[in-house]
Amino acid sequence: MITVIDYGMGNLRSVVKAVEKYTEHVRVSHDPLDIERSDALIMPGDGAFGMAMDNLKKMGWIEPLLDYINNDGYFLGICLGFQLLYSASEEFGLREGLNIIEGNVLRFKVPGLKVPHMGWNQVKLVPDSKFLEGIPSDTYFYFIHSYYPVINDKSWVLGEADYGIKFPCIVGKGNLIATQFHPEKSHNMGLKIIENFVRNVC
Amino acid sequence: MLAKRIIPCLDVDRGRVVKGVNFVNLIDAGDPVENGKFYDEEGADELVFLDITASSDKRNIILDMVKKVAETVHIPFTVGGGIRTLDDVRTILENGADKVSINTAAVKNPAIITESSKRFGSQCILVAIDAKRNSTGNWNVYLNGGRTKTDIDAVEWAKRTEELGAGEILLTSMDRDGTKCGYDIELTKKISESLTIPVIASGGAGTIEHLYEGLTEGKADAVLAASIFHFREISIREVKEKLKNRGIPVRIV
Repeated sequence: MITVIDYGMGNLRSVVKAVEKYTEHVRVSHDPLDIERSDALIMPGDGAFGMAMDNLKKMGWIEPLLDYINNDGYFLGICLGFQLLYSASEEFGLREGLNIIEGNVLRFKVPGLKVPHMGWNQVKLVPDSKFLEGIPSDTYFYFIHSYYPVINDKSWVLGEADYGIKFPCIVGKGNLIATQFHPEKSHNMGLKIIENFVRNVC
Repeated sequence: MLAKRIIPCLDVDRGRVVKGVNFVNLIDAGDPVENGKFYDEEGADELVFLDITASSDKRNIILDMVKKVAETVHIPFTVGGGIRTLDDVRTILENGADKVSINTAAVKNPAIITESSKRFGSQCILVAIDAKRNSTGNWNVYLNGGRTKTDIDAVEWAKRTEELGAGEILLTSMDRDGTKCGYDIELTKKISESLTIPVIASGGAGTIEHLYEGLTEGKADAVLAASIFHFREISIREVKEKLKNRGIPVRIV
């Protein structure tokens, strides 16, 4: 069973629909107890970082989630679910994140470039990730975000995009992968990432 | 590099695409889901569905469409037309739309921009502005699908919507809409340069050259077009290949 975490941060429907293309064993849950009966977790999400951390805390997700990830459970983070993995974000004042990956999430401040970074951008891939099989480097994916991570340990980085500055937009290690862009909104190659994830789990 | 976006716009009345759509390869030419899927496969970067239904069961019809489109189309899509309340915004997003477009309600009650962007994130709040040039060379904002003139200056209003929390502007030139003689470049450029959020140019595209002008001289981040795609005069793929040859970064599928 793949569990899509509902922590009150945006629309989960597109993600669930995309997963359902490859397996019927998917559900949405707001209950951390469901982790025990899950083969994989997907954490999507849009909106503010601070509110997301508050919601996760309030709903009792933080400790079980950290345990799950630290035990190398299958995990796919998308957009806000990618940003929450870092130590902290400067969105509306500095806020602590899940601290799975050492690094901070900063706001884009590139003169002449619009914020949010919205639309289709190319991703340079680091080869050989099991979750990125069949996806060529420089493929376009759909982004919509105003913050980007700066990572200390580069071994996490599986893909980079360029928006005035180069920033990590796919990270992963073991059974964890997370993308800044929206694979569920990125046409065939985005769906391929979801398919690869599902195939690895099931 | 971030690609410039090409966005087909579909007018929908009672759950059916209107405006003389005549796709040859589709079983059901007026089905929004089939149309959306067709554009998705052709390489559209996003879709905009503009609901023009006037009937009283509008809400149910549109939610049904949003649900079906969300199940079929795997690129972002926006739904606009008659969105008045925070609750309208919520139900459309909950049913699977990625963004909502707010026009008249944003002018009448600017707080809806702030409240909905706070609640759902500014990334999904698109403010649509219908602008028409006046005798002084500036542009007025029009409401209710262009039927009601206001004294509001379009450039000032665009800046204000950004401050209020809009994530993006869909800018339509009423002087050019339906004329196929090109976007209002001066208007597009002025607004795009005044804002830090993306601007989608709309109204007047009849050729690939017009799309090119909108993206270069007009400094738009995306271009929206209806008739040139609906009548199969030009395919999205062809548009993108021509734009690419002229140095515009585009995503070709």
